Amino acid sequence: MRDIEMSRVNATREQILETVKSPTLTHEQKLTTMTNLADSLLEVLELPEGLEELLNQPIDQQCICDLAEGHAPLRPRYIIPDYAKFMREGSKFLQLDPPQDLYEALNALQIFYRHVPSVTNFPVYVGALDELLEPFIDDVDEAQAKKLIKLFLTQMDRTILDSFSHANVGPKATKAGRIILEAEADLEHAVPNITMKYDENITPDEFALCGVNAALHSAKPSFANHAMFKGELGEDYVIASCYNGLKLGGGSYTLVRLILGNIAKRAENVEDFKKNQLPYVCRIMAEYMDERIRFEVEESGFFENNFLAKEGFIKRERFTAMFGMVGLAECVNILMEKEGKTGRFGHDKEADKLGVEIMEQIDAFNKQHVNPYCEITGGHFLLHAQVGIASDLNVSPGTRIPIGEEPEELLDHLRHCGNFHKYFPSGTGDIFPIDMTVHKNPEFVLDIIKGAFKENLRYLSFYSSDSDVIRITGYLVKRSEIEKLEKGENVLQDTTALGMGAKHNGKILERKIR
Amino acid sequence: MRVPVNKIIPFSSVDGPGNRTAVFLQGCNFDCRYCHNPETRNVCIGCGECVEKCPAGALKLRDGQVVFAPPLCTGCDTCIHTCRHGCSPRIRNMTPEETMAEIRNQIPFIRGITVSGGECTLYPDFLTELFTLCRKEGLGTLIDSNGTLDFSKYPELMKVTDGVMLDVKAWSGDDHRKVTGVSGAMVQKNAVELAAAGKLCEVRTVVVPGLFDYEQTVRETAKLLKPYLGYGSIRYKLIRYRQIGVREQYAVYQSPGDEIMERLSNIVYSEGLRDVIVI
Repeated sequence: MRDIEMSRVNATREQILETVKSPTLTHEQKLTTMTNLADSLLEVLELPEGLEELLNQPIDQQCICDLAEGHAPLRPRYIIPDYAKFMREGSKFLQLDPPQDLYEALNALQIFYRHVPSVTNFPVYVGALDELLEPFIDDVDEAQAKKLIKLFLTQMDRTILDSFSHANVGPKATKAGRIILEAEADLEHAVPNITMKYDENITPDEFALCGVNAALHSAKPSFANHAMFKGELGEDYVIASCYNGLKLGGGSYTLVRLILGNIAKRAENVEDFKKNQLPYVCRIMAEYMDERIRFEVEESGFFENNFLAKEGFIKRERFTAMFGMVGLAECVNILMEKEGKTGRFGHDKEADKLGVEIMEQIDAFNKQHVNPYCEITGGHFLLHAQVGIASDLNVSPGTRIPIGEEPEELLDHLRHCGNFHKYFPSGTGDIFPIDMTVHKNPEFVLDIIKGAFKENLRYLSFYSSDSDVIRITGYLVKRSEIEKLEKGENVLQDTTALGMGAKHNGKILERKIR
Repeated sequence: MRVPVNKIIPFSSVDGPGNRTAVFLQGCNFDCRYCHNPETRNVCIGCGECVEKCPAGALKLRDGQVVFAPPLCTGCDTCIHTCRHGCSPRIRNMTPEETMAEIRNQIPFIRGITVSGGECTLYPDFLTELFTLCRKEGLGTLIDSNGTLDFSKYPELMKVTDGVMLDVKAWSGDDHRKVTGVSGAMVQKNAVELAAAGKLCEVRTVVVPGLFDYEQTVRETAKLLKPYLGYGSIRYKLIRYRQIGVREQYAVYQSPGDEIMERLSNIVYSEGLRDVIVI
């Protein structure tokens, strides 16, 4: 481990003390913050030359961002346990036999969640809840089942303290799935996030509409193009965290992102960007990811010692990593300006074409870069359209059109999304606030989903314009909780602070209502 | 064949079930006091008043006709507010094929189209042709109508029409005349015949306290339709009067409160129509 300067140690000690005394952080939030501060003092990774100049820069110049994963990754960023195996076999470490009825099933899952680590220290995936619970759903009458499931969901909302936690339902209709969606429509909680895997040929309209109804009340589920994900990742994929497609029983070692707008600022023109700047930054980022993965696999001891791996709920060989990017819109607009052109991303054919060319180039880079520990995805990382973080300024998530510049017609907006969703097996998505009059016509939303998936869109989220629970970028937050935090009150969930940042910096309350 | 098209809304969530492209034709044979888009009632006479007022320079007067340049339009609606003849200068005269070309853009996001107005049944031949084209693309076809066309005389149109959404503006002859300026006898005949054919997908009444007997209208309409529920489901949509868009001289009525709307909703329900929505 390399030495560091005492001045840095002292600065960190100051920050730790500030954390101890913070009036707004809860106890749990203080512990997490202090852990991250302690970790920031470690220097164990062999960093690629040139990284420093791209990574540790002010927000308007930073080209690579590692999303606060820390200096010595002690576990993979996203972990996707095979909960079905746990339901079948129980766990020795947790001293639990396989559950025999609905009471035991819900209790067993709650216990398990407490022991699933991630970058946030909360489980980013809580299972295909409909499939997990369906075998037990007739143990009690429906009213009783709904009550138990509501208690289970409320327990999750109050103890999994950030909304990067994700449950899946579908594509098949199940009684358990319907009860979960009805319960969420009533509860209007921020946690867990939910995705409905949707395939027009498998999912009945009635079940999908149950999902739309829940979405208009609680901003979830989102809808994933099942046929598309299945085609790329296989039947055993899941949607975790914001909207990340990953393998069941695996996960993602790391997620690092390119800030494309700032890379464009380094370029003289489009040619320089494509020939020199983008390839250079991609290479450094990939090397950085390789090193993080090497440490996790070869040095951290996680895969040898954690019960999830020991008991086979996860397997090292099923992990991959996510090569992220944000700010394609700003990147294209900056490059167009450098070429003396006025066309803007989302509104101009030439600008959109440039966007596609940039994505093609990133995709090609990723397909030729090989990491020995990403066997499950052909030795390559998966591209990820990252949703942004609270401190992002003038950085649009992934390939999204900036808020305030959305095309007048939803149709044009959807067609634009159709150019970009295909590049991102490990996740992308667009979000549409819907006018509340649609409550009377949920089929409107379902028709759009059906059409969009035929046009190769991957992932769509909707919420009602008058909803308290809203989708910030990928995760969910309650407006009422943001208001509390703005007044300086404590709030339960970590993501509320991120939502407040995104409200001020990312204008997320100003999306065009459809 | 060309008809005046007021506008085409690519995605509409309020013109029938699901996502539909809504086509609004120009011209109406009613003069409803509460009309919230009075600029769709008449056809342009070429007076040119709107041309002078247009702040964007999107309108020109050429050979006695107002010519509209869509790219310059900012959508400020000054022209509509200026017109004293119940018209809009932003009308395009379109053939069924031209209209269809604009509808195709929305495939596969829409399940069908709804043609509204104005009163779209002033152009039954256009509807027949447009709907025939829609059917070829697998799109559903709905008519939004005030019910003055005798649908029984247009079997070809009915063959390519999935259903009609029918306005029942008022029940008694006097009330109907008061609200719309014309008789409502044909509306009731159509309601029965369409319902019997399983093609009445929706009836709607705009509730305007003080203008007509809305309670009688809603009750009698529900009674009239009850015998036909076996032929196809019929939704009753109860619409609150709102001042927005209504001409100044008629913007004197108040919106009905929740209590009135709930009472009417219960009346419809108790008469046997189970699909009632209030907007």
